[in-house]
Amino acid sequence: MKFSAFKKKLSPKSDISGSRLVIIGNGISGVTAARNVRKNSDIPITIISDEGPYFFSRTALMYVYMGHMKFHHTKPYQNSFWKKNKIELSSGRVETINDQKNCVVLQSGEIIYYSSLIIACGSKPNKFGWPGQDLEGVSGMYHFQDLQKLEELSNRINTAVIVGGGLIGVELAEMLHSRGIHVHYLVRESSFWKRILPKEESVMITKHIMDHGINLELGTELKAIEGDSEQRVKGVYTSTGDYIKCEYVGLTCGVSPNIDFLRNSNSNLKLDRGVLVNRYLETNLPNIYAIGDCAQQNKPIGKRPPIEAVWYTGRMMGETVAQTLTGNPTPYNPGPWFNSAKFFDIEYQTYGWVNANNDPANEEHIYWEHPKKSISLRLAYSPETEIFLGAVNMGIRLKHEVFNEWLSSPTSIYYVVEHLIETNFDPEFYPNYLKIAKKQFLESEQLQINE
Amino acid sequence: MNKALKYTAIISGLLGLGTLLSSIVVDYDPSLHILEIGLGGMTIGGLGYFISQYHGKIPGIKNNHVWRNSLTNKGAWGLFIGIIITAFYVCIYWYPEYLGFSASGKSSGLVALFDPLSYLVNGKPASQWFVYGSLYTFAILLFGIKFIYKYRNNRYQIIRTISVMFFQFAFAYYIPELLSVLNPETPYFAKDLKYMWPLNYYFLDQWHLKNMINGGNLGLFFLLFGLALIFVISPVLTFFFGKRWYCSWVCGCGALAETAGDPFRQLSSKRINIWKLERWMVHAVLVFIVLTTIAVVWSFLTRNPDISIITRNQFAFSSAGFLILVIATIIFWKRNGFSRDVKYIIASLGIIIIGIISINVFSNEKHILFVPSNELQSTYGFIIGAAFSGVLGVGFYPLFGSRVWCRFGCPMAAILGLQQRLFSRFRITTNGGQCISCGNCSVYCEMGIDVRAYAQRGENIIRSSCVGCGICSAVCPRGVLKLENKALKNRINQVEFPLGNNLNKD
Repeated sequence: MKFSAFKKKLSPKSDISGSRLVIIGNGISGVTAARNVRKNSDIPITIISDEGPYFFSRTALMYVYMGHMKFHHTKPYQNSFWKKNKIELSSGRVETINDQKNCVVLQSGEIIYYSSLIIACGSKPNKFGWPGQDLEGVSGMYHFQDLQKLEELSNRINTAVIVGGGLIGVELAEMLHSRGIHVHYLVRESSFWKRILPKEESVMITKHIMDHGINLELGTELKAIEGDSEQRVKGVYTSTGDYIKCEYVGLTCGVSPNIDFLRNSNSNLKLDRGVLVNRYLETNLPNIYAIGDCAQQNKPIGKRPPIEAVWYTGRMMGETVAQTLTGNPTPYNPGPWFNSAKFFDIEYQTYGWVNANNDPANEEHIYWEHPKKSISLRLAYSPETEIFLGAVNMGIRLKHEVFNEWLSSPTSIYYVVEHLIETNFDPEFYPNYLKIAKKQFLESEQLQINE
Repeated sequence: MNKALKYTAIISGLLGLGTLLSSIVVDYDPSLHILEIGLGGMTIGGLGYFISQYHGKIPGIKNNHVWRNSLTNKGAWGLFIGIIITAFYVCIYWYPEYLGFSASGKSSGLVALFDPLSYLVNGKPASQWFVYGSLYTFAILLFGIKFIYKYRNNRYQIIRTISVMFFQFAFAYYIPELLSVLNPETPYFAKDLKYMWPLNYYFLDQWHLKNMINGGNLGLFFLLFGLALIFVISPVLTFFFGKRWYCSWVCGCGALAETAGDPFRQLSSKRINIWKLERWMVHAVLVFIVLTTIAVVWSFLTRNPDISIITRNQFAFSSAGFLILVIATIIFWKRNGFSRDVKYIIASLGIIIIGIISINVFSNEKHILFVPSNELQSTYGFIIGAAFSGVLGVGFYPLFGSRVWCRFGCPMAAILGLQQRLFSRFRITTNGGQCISCGNCSVYCEMGIDVRAYAQRGENIIRSSCVGCGICSAVCPRGVLKLENKALKNRINQVEFPLGNNLNKD
């Protein structure tokens, strides 16, 4: 009821001649673009989404399921914000983009004309063609609808199987576990997130997940999902020959650009795995841009992957494209890489590039771990130039600002170790673990030999 | 196992509470030790419940199902607890006879249960206030243990909670009773060392002032220490540490909110309109409390020129002069530009100065600004002291969260808050561009601050209402927030874009 009233009130009245910025997708990328365009321009803006009328923090969906929040808490702006800033919100699913007539056509048949178009339609969970992957009770954990679905099913789930050892998988495990659901977590590798996390950190998190009572099954892949007569999940077959009886299967094997509608839309837009863009986030078609999870750089920037499906990069692309759209053409030029996550109770941050499988000839690591607690710090540097390359920290908070500076211009690993204490961002009265780490680093063999 | 313990504990706690409350209707024989049974049942029930919740679990944030629990999400249990507490407050303030209190003879009922304890502590029979103080302290100690258990991986929370438990037990409960025993002949004055003006709004009231002056060395000490708190100790501490030194480390109201009130912290409203209301309330309370206090001192000087060291004229003009000095300091300090908050504060102080001058001109012995002078403070005592801080402030925990009084009504928090906003080294720092806008910080802010609104822009949080409880920092899943006392430079940081994007640089 409420929703349709809202739709009526804000239904965009665009025409062919007028200027209008249309944004497909109301996630962090699209919304950041809209807000920053509005700061510098009065151009009419329409954001189209079929996920929900208002922007919410996708990363907080897990907290809604666990009862830490209600859904409305995940909205960073009050509902009145959009009207006040003259940003029109349109509900619907875009079916095609017509770049000849400069318009998008919604499934409902509604046509919205644009003078500039930003594609910020995000990701969708990967499915790799497993038998039974479309059964009732199989889903990813990405969209609001995935959460709704899981909520509906939850009462009859006793056992769940999660497939895929990444960030969303461990969050889904925590979510299901909070409701007393027995979780089998299938991870292909021999320890959790081994592709990204160096060995010690990966082992630490693996142990932590198990300590929480999750049935982590390492070196195990999904073979097939079995359904019952009503097309509901009954169980899964694993690569180790086991059969696990379950009522829910969470597929969390990464995400990929949510651009199937563009593939079907007969436009001349150049696509690969995502929408191909240049450094200005421009697609091959005039006045059409792509940002966030669905954008794919023609040429990767530095060590960054061409598709970056991360909250922070989505936000930065939104900021960047807004500059270009308001008369200040700006290339996408992200600063030093950073990311963060939380694995159950262990916070994780990383700055710069630290490879899980480093070649010690090019990238040397020094590592400190608390003897009892799940706290660690790893610093990477080039043994040849002694330049600091990056940090991975678990269970301890480090200052983004300081690392951003150290990584922006060449900084010696000795300088970093010497000034390690300055990076502490733990709450007051916490033991200063960095002092202990520093002491160990200063005494470490690696740093002695190089000196 | 945990479930069995949980329900046994809940039953034990409710039986303890029921036993205590039943004394209102049943007249128990003193030999039955009903008080011990009641408090014991509640203690065992409480501790058992906390163990069932946290024992054997890995330390971390324990907010699962907060918004699905009927107690913590305004459900039937919340309503039930709210009604009991509200009824208790109404009885304490206005109908103590229902609790068995008898001003003339021997008390009965609930009050009588506390007689043995009262004799032990101060050698007198219990009053309803002794019952209240005892239960209040009991609640802070019991739920303080729970809070420490819940946040046992967070040293800031542990130390802060030990501090509020200590100040409540020693400064508010035990030492004042002890001092009363040691000085039995002196008239009553508030002997709680931390209960300072303007939270103790009657500190400078005629009767209290007289009782302190006639209270021997101890009375004089409390008068001088109280004045030092107001004019020296509090501003200095607030400058270095923010208002948290009081509101979430020392204060008794804060102590209850942080311990027994903790399960309800998420219920505070974060709506912008409520923030606007808060700003109005805070400034109105500031004007009102300063003016009424000046009015009562003025009328004290009018009526008692013999024991006064200054005349009422000198007092009126020197207080007005002092406030003009405060305004001048603010203008000098903020000469590089006034924020909206600064303007509000200057306007409020201006109104107070006009008020002082009007009092001096239009008042006499009996009437302050045409209002009978004794009514002014008793009305305030009723509306603010009892109705607001007690009934609305605590009784409505399960509806509006644990800090309603602190946020909208407390004159102490208002004054410390204004200072925190203008002259303090305290701030909550944001960690560069690491915020993911999840909103945990805003949800669990008991003061209703939309912390996320600042964090996602990469800006420091400097809000007058922040009591520095540190929970936003604790619940943040990405390590974005840190409470800090640092140099004033760049305290308020206007950020165009959060850290991470090299816009304009190529």
